[in-house]
Amino acid sequence: MLQKTIKLQINGCERVAAVDTRTSLADFLRHGLSLTGTHVGCEHGVCGTCTVLLDGASVRSCLMLAVQAEGHHVETIEGLAQADGCFHPLQDAFRDKHGLQCGYCTPGMLMTLKELLRETPDPTEAEVRDAISGNICRCTGYQSIVNATLQAARVMRMKKGD
Amino acid sequence: MKAPLFEYHCPETLDEALVILAKTENVKVLAGGQSLMAMLNLRYIYPDALIDINRIPGLSGISTDGEMLRIGAMTRQRHIELDVEIERVAPILTEAMKQVGHRQTRNRGTIGGSLCHLDPASELPTVCLLYDATVDVAGQDARRRSVNFRDFVVSYMTPGIEPDELVVQVNLPHWAKQHGYAFVEYSRRYGDFAIASAGCLIERDEQGCIRRAAISIGGVGSVPQRLQVAEDGLLGSTGDPDDIARAVAHCDSLEILSDFHGSSDYRRSVIGSVLRRSLIQACRRASKKIAA
Repeated sequence: MLQKTIKLQINGCERVAAVDTRTSLADFLRHGLSLTGTHVGCEHGVCGTCTVLLDGASVRSCLMLAVQAEGHHVETIEGLAQADGCFHPLQDAFRDKHGLQCGYCTPGMLMTLKELLRETPDPTEAEVRDAISGNICRCTGYQSIVNATLQAARVMRMKKGD
Repeated sequence: MKAPLFEYHCPETLDEALVILAKTENVKVLAGGQSLMAMLNLRYIYPDALIDINRIPGLSGISTDGEMLRIGAMTRQRHIELDVEIERVAPILTEAMKQVGHRQTRNRGTIGGSLCHLDPASELPTVCLLYDATVDVAGQDARRRSVNFRDFVVSYMTPGIEPDELVVQVNLPHWAKQHGYAFVEYSRRYGDFAIASAGCLIERDEQGCIRRAAISIGGVGSVPQRLQVAEDGLLGSTGDPDDIARAVAHCDSLEILSDFHGSSDYRRSVIGSVLRRSLIQACRRASKKIAA
């Protein structure tokens, strides 16, 4: 088969679409669903900017076929803020701590870090650096990203304690 | 940078997959896809068909019995990394797994896929060779066989299975409870392919002398390599710095290649350091109290 109709959840909403079987999940999100927040960099799994969450786990959307996401839940950067536009604590912290400059790597960074903070609510600096070792940033030198993540983790822990 | 056209098959049973595999020419099996999808996107390969085995039940899972640690071929690398039972019985696998790619690729990549890809720089084949693992392979008409990992490694990126066979399980025989272990690798950036890697397992007797040793080297040659002569030399020694230096000197017998990551001379010097660090750590971790 060269084309297939797939049904999947994207950021909590069910979507049905016909896709070419050779289309990557990244291209399907961008071209098929116009969700261009997921960026595409190297297209061979090295740069990390296309990272999305598949059933909660961070994956490279350039290294998956769209048809493989059938029946799964995909979370993209478009679903990170709340429906009313209120930022996720990671987004607030990236703004406050200058965790981005050009912004190209940012969607992949944020999705990876969402997984990290779910699994590890109180990460060490080393754990943050380990988590984003698969996300390349050419602007920030990473320090501001690490600082932003540690701040977001603090905010999220405080909110949880409320 | 987009995958070429291919026919996509997504069987829901192992038998169905094996039938398609047997009757289709120029076909590739899609496991975790963390190497295959990159090769497709870069158009290194042009398969006519892909068989996606991700929806076949029963191919993933981790279990142990008195003899073996058994891991289903489609078990994700990150499940292996985080599994507490594996950390208890085969901690070198946990240590090596943390050095496999990055969390995003480990979330998707599988042990069976990594072994069949058989990249000489990757960690899992090096660990399986270290363990004298066996690989359970399935063919059509309920054909099943078990392949010793030494025979599984045929040549550069070439696993010892037939074109109509699929790897279904990997089995690692246990080492004594208080064995020492270490997996050390060197790469230019954390998470990159290893320029050189060394896995070591050490068992001591009641007197503290080494009674069993295994050394497996990755990254330097066309395939992962055992360093049998160095293993034999360590037997009966205490693993002091002189013993380790003698073992490391046997790196001269390895096949060591050049590529754009480094010349063979450079790799020879790196593997010496990497093996020394690995042996020191494994000897340190090997307890003198051996469980009966």
